Amino acid sequence: MAICSFLPELLCKFPAIDDGTIRMARKSVDDGFKGFVRSYGDAIDAVVQPLQWFLNYLERAFVSSPWILILIIMVAIVYLGSRNVKITVGTALSMVLIGLVGLWNDTMITLAMVTVCTLISIVIGIPIGILMARSDRVQAFVNPILDVMQTMPSFVYLIPVVMIFGIGKVPGLIAVVIYAVPPMIRLTNLGIRLVDKEVLEAADAFGSSAWQKLKNVQMPLALPTIMAGINQTIMMSLAMVVVASMIGVGGLGKNVLQAIANQFFTVGFLNGFALVGIAIIFDRTSQAFGRRLQKHSEVIHG
Amino acid sequence: MASHAIEVKNLYKIFGPRGEDYVDVVKKGMGKAELNEKHGHVLGLQDINILMPGGCITVVMGLSGSGKSTLIRHINRLIDPTAGEVLYDGTDVCKMNENDLRQFRRHKTAMVFQKFALLPHRTVLENTVYGLEIQGIERRESEKRARGWIERVGLKGFENHYPNQLSGGMQQRVGLARALTNDADILLMDEAYSALDPLIRMDMQTVLLDLQKELKKTVVFITHDLDEALRLGDKIAILRDGRVVQQGTGQQIVLSPADDYITAFVKEVNRGRVVHVETIMRPLSGNPEGVSLTVGTVLEAAARTMTGAHVATGHVVDENGRAIGAIDLQTIIAAMVTPTSHTDRQAA
Repeated sequence: MAICSFLPELLCKFPAIDDGTIRMARKSVDDGFKGFVRSYGDAIDAVVQPLQWFLNYLERAFVSSPWILILIIMVAIVYLGSRNVKITVGTALSMVLIGLVGLWNDTMITLAMVTVCTLISIVIGIPIGILMARSDRVQAFVNPILDVMQTMPSFVYLIPVVMIFGIGKVPGLIAVVIYAVPPMIRLTNLGIRLVDKEVLEAADAFGSSAWQKLKNVQMPLALPTIMAGINQTIMMSLAMVVVASMIGVGGLGKNVLQAIANQFFTVGFLNGFALVGIAIIFDRTSQAFGRRLQKHSEVIHG
Repeated sequence: MASHAIEVKNLYKIFGPRGEDYVDVVKKGMGKAELNEKHGHVLGLQDINILMPGGCITVVMGLSGSGKSTLIRHINRLIDPTAGEVLYDGTDVCKMNENDLRQFRRHKTAMVFQKFALLPHRTVLENTVYGLEIQGIERRESEKRARGWIERVGLKGFENHYPNQLSGGMQQRVGLARALTNDADILLMDEAYSALDPLIRMDMQTVLLDLQKELKKTVVFITHDLDEALRLGDKIAILRDGRVVQQGTGQQIVLSPADDYITAFVKEVNRGRVVHVETIMRPLSGNPEGVSLTVGTVLEAAARTMTGAHVATGHVVDENGRAIGAIDLQTIIAAMVTPTSHTDRQAA
């Protein structure tokens, strides 16, 4: 580096904090966190215990019920949601195919996981989205957090999650929710902010309270956008259950992980396609359901 | 129904973060353009004083940017004033707390909007009950009232349609039904008919006039159309650049426009439909002749009656049938075709 000979060292080689200090800092943060986990780990476990029960209960219900019952319920839900024969038949066919290749039980485990993750994401995401829409300050505060949640490699936040909760379903669930909740929050916020100002003014002029405005105007009019958020959340949960299998979530993701480790080409693709199948079922059904809710906006006066 | 007057007093609205600080400068005579240039604040309304009589239709007219929509939003305080008062029944709307204001909006006012502002996910019936639903009135009762008004505005059979399935005119009927179902004393109509076709607009004006005959609400109607203002208004206030340039009855405005701006406005007006016979009659000399015309008959109707009866003369009678003046066809036609300008008035 010829140019460096003319420059003071400070400008040439980046003045990093010396290794000793960094090591110290790292150690104290790590130790602090470990200490925190040691002292509060049990309390945190107790708090999330209901989640564990709920997850176990749902998983058992999915796995131990006769397959025909599950299939009938699924097809019924898909039909009632979409009112579309093509989607319903497609659902039945893909579930039968999944069963034929012997992935029924794993699919049920994944299904239970995705269902719980989506429900939790909705329960957390919609209220936060509403708060964000109501206040610019909250939006300015939450937005960067969501950016971090969405861009931080998922493996990184698996570390503290595992440190606190160990290996298992609940840490997996938390990891999936962290990954899947941002679109729910963002799209709820966006949907409410996009509500027509004139209609809001009308609601005000008739003397609506804040709650009446939310219930009668903002939520219904934001619904298409919120539905898109739910759809995104489902898709992201499905993608994340594979990664979460690294920390002990069973189901299709675990098979994929094993297939990667052992280079099982066929097993990998079969499980992959099973995931694709579920994803498409969820996507088409939720979209058709969303469109059906918006029935009133499709018939335009000629 | 008892109806009450609305009194707007010394109302100022200056848009911008520090509006209050500039009220005094505006009072000292700073204009809209200067305020915007020097201080970056927009003058919305200045020194508005209008008495809107109870049970009457008061029309606020002005072109876009004149502040008319801002003015109507002060009556139910969708916009907060910078200074001034809006009195209704002796209470200043601008000083109400949040709860009182909500109760005032729920029970005393109803509003119709230019772009209808209906809830797209609700049917006509569900839209119409909205005001009552907000008030917490039982569903069966509110639906009964709503159905009555839907029928009155001519939408029977469309109760279960969504707004998107209706034409503009029909949507505004829903807006009107929604406002009327609220059964409030004050009806605020913000350019309610401006988005409608001319024929439908005429139709809706007739609906409003017919309803008003029996309801006697205090109606505040905003429009940019002078013909509409003259047809509907018991009283008209003309706004320009946030200031009232003239207020009075339609006849007063057409016959004695206050300045060039209003003169230009009223030039194209069909005066035969505005001016009343008693305004141009001569004192009675001798016995009343020809057809008899009641006070308040407009010239066009008088001319039609006279030509229909094949006579060229007539006499004006008051409400009790007593003759109070004479009129002939030539005077009527002369009054119909000669526009008055404010300079003529000054010369006279």
